[in-house]
Amino acid sequence: MSQPVAIRLEQVCKRYPGAAGLAVDHLDLEIPTGEIVALVGPSGCGKTTTLKMINRLIEPTSGTIEIHGRPADELPVHELRRGIGYVIQQTGLFPHKTVAGNIATVPRLLGWDKARTRERVEELVDLVGLERQMLDRYPSALSGGQQQRVGVARALAADPPILLMDEPYSAVDPIVRARLQDELLDLQRRVHKTIVLVTHDVDEALKLGDRVVILNVGGVLEQAAPPAEILADPASPFVADFLGEELGLKRLALLRVRDITPDTGPVAEVGDDADSVRALMQEHRVTWFGIREHGRLLGWQWGSTLDGEVRADGAEPFRTVVSPDTTLRSALDGIVNSLTNVAVVIDDDGEYRGMVRIEEISEGVR
Amino acid sequence: MSIFATRHDRLLSWEWIGDHTDEIWERTLQHLQLTGYAVGIGLVIAMAMSMVALRWRRAYAPLAALSGALYSIPSLALFAILVPYTGLGFRPVLIALVTYTLLILLRNIVAGIDGVPRSVLEAADGMGYEPWRRFLAVDLRLATPAIIGGIRVATVTVIGLVTVGALVGSGGYGVFINDGLSRNFTTPIIVGGGLSIAMAIAFDLLFVAVQRLTTPWSRAGMAP
Repeated sequence: MSQPVAIRLEQVCKRYPGAAGLAVDHLDLEIPTGEIVALVGPSGCGKTTTLKMINRLIEPTSGTIEIHGRPADELPVHELRRGIGYVIQQTGLFPHKTVAGNIATVPRLLGWDKARTRERVEELVDLVGLERQMLDRYPSALSGGQQQRVGVARALAADPPILLMDEPYSAVDPIVRARLQDELLDLQRRVHKTIVLVTHDVDEALKLGDRVVILNVGGVLEQAAPPAEILADPASPFVADFLGEELGLKRLALLRVRDITPDTGPVAEVGDDADSVRALMQEHRVTWFGIREHGRLLGWQWGSTLDGEVRADGAEPFRTVVSPDTTLRSALDGIVNSLTNVAVVIDDDGEYRGMVRIEEISEGVR
Repeated sequence: MSIFATRHDRLLSWEWIGDHTDEIWERTLQHLQLTGYAVGIGLVIAMAMSMVALRWRRAYAPLAALSGALYSIPSLALFAILVPYTGLGFRPVLIALVTYTLLILLRNIVAGIDGVPRSVLEAADGMGYEPWRRFLAVDLRLATPAIIGGIRVATVTVIGLVTVGALVGSGGYGVFINDGLSRNFTTPIIVGGGLSIAMAIAFDLLFVAVQRLTTPWSRAGMAP
C-alpha cells in the first residue's frame, strides 16, 4: 500500500449482548489515507457495525482500532467524533435548524467564532453544489438530493481528515443517486479525504471505492482489493456470487479509453486518390473510410460512394465520439450503436487519437 | 328590561361589576397564581418523572398508571380528601391541581422526546455532542412542540378546576360563582364563569402562538 494508513483495525470483534454469533469476526483492515474504501456485503455482514466502531458509536468487544496511529479510545469520545465527518442514510439533518445551522453544527461545538463559521458554511455550500439562498431554509423544504448534499457539507464543516458514510444514497432515487455518486467522486478529487463508505449495493461500491471490502454474514472478511482486481479475480465463490451478473461489463465500467491502445483506423487524408483508399479499406477489412484534414477527423464515407479523390464535403460525421476519460462500458455501448462499429477517440484539444473497436476493448479487459 | 327592576332580577348588573372591580382584579390574580403554580410545579415533577421513564423504560408504565389514577379522582373528592391534612385554602387545591397536570405532561414529554427521529440522534452523537448537550439542544428542543402542547392542555384544564377549588377556599373566580349561587344572583356567576372561560381561551391561544414561534421549522413544510 503506497499511502500511509489512516485507520487500522486489528483483530476487531463485536458481539452484541444476547447474540449467538459475532457481528464482526477478528477483522483486520487498513484504510489508506486519502482513499475511498467501500464496505459492502449482505445484511448481517457487520459493515455498519464496523463503520460505527471507527467513531465509537459502537464499542468493539475486543481488538484495537487506531486512527492516524493513535488508539481510537485515547481521546474523549466526543472529541474523537468532532474530528471525523459522519454522513448517514436518512441524512439525520436537524429539522429545527436551517441549512446554515445544520452545516455549522461541528464548528459551533468546537467553539469557532461567528465570522469564521459563516465563511466556512458558505464555502461548503459552494463546494457541495447548493445555492446560497438555501442557507436560511429548513431541511423539510429541500429535496432528498439537496438534503444529502447538506449532510455531506455538515460532515465536512470542520474539515475532518476522515469521512464516514453510512449508506448515504440508499434513500434517494436511482437518478439522484447516480448524480450524488458522481458529485462525491468529483468532491473527493478536490478534498482528498479518507472516506469509509458502507453500502449494500455492490455496483455503488465498485463505482466509488478505490478499494472495496467485501464482508460476509457474521462479519467475516472475504476480500479487500481495488475494484478491478476484485472483478478480475474474485477471492471466493461468495465474492463471485455477490458481484452478480455481467462481470465483464462491470469491469468495463471501471476502465477508461485511455487505459487501452486505440487503433489508427482506416483514415484517409483529403486529397488521397481512390486507389490508396481502396488499399486502406482492404487492409482494415472494412467498407468505409475516415476522412482527415490537418489532424482533424472530419467524418467517414462508404467506400462504394468514393468518386475520384477524397474530398472534405463527402464526410458523414461519426455517430460515436468518445474522450480518453470515457469508460469502456459506454464506449462499447457507442460502438454497437454505430454504423461503422467504431468509437472515435477525440481528446480535449479536439485532436484525433484513434478508433476503438470491440477487439481493442476485449483486449483491454483481458 | 325595566329600569324599575331590582338588581337581583337582572341577568347582569353593571352596577355590581362597577362596585367590584378591585375584587375582580384580585380574584383574577389568585386564579392566575394558582394556575401558574400548579402547572409550574407539575412541569418540574413531570419532567423529573419523564427523565426517570426515559432512562429506565420499565418505569414508564407504573409512572403513567400512577398519574392516570390520580387524574381519574374527581376534583372535588380529591380536595375533600386533602383538606383534613392540609386545612382549607390554597394548599389542598394546589396539590390536587398539580396531580392533574402530571398525566398530561408526562405523556407529552415522553412522547415528544421519543418522537425525535433516531437518525437525528445518531447524527448528533456522531458529530460529537456530549450527552447532556444533545439532550438539551436536540432531544428537548425537538420535543418542544409536544411539551408545549402538554402545557397548553394542562393549563386550560387547571384554569377550569381552579374554579371548583373556591369551594375549599382557594380563591379565584370560583368565589364569584359560589357567591352568586348561594344568593341566587346571576351577575357574579356570569362574571366568574365568563372570566374563567375567557382566561382559558386566552391561554389556549397564547400557547398556540408560543408553539408556532418556537417551531419555525414546522411551517417550512412538514408537520413537526
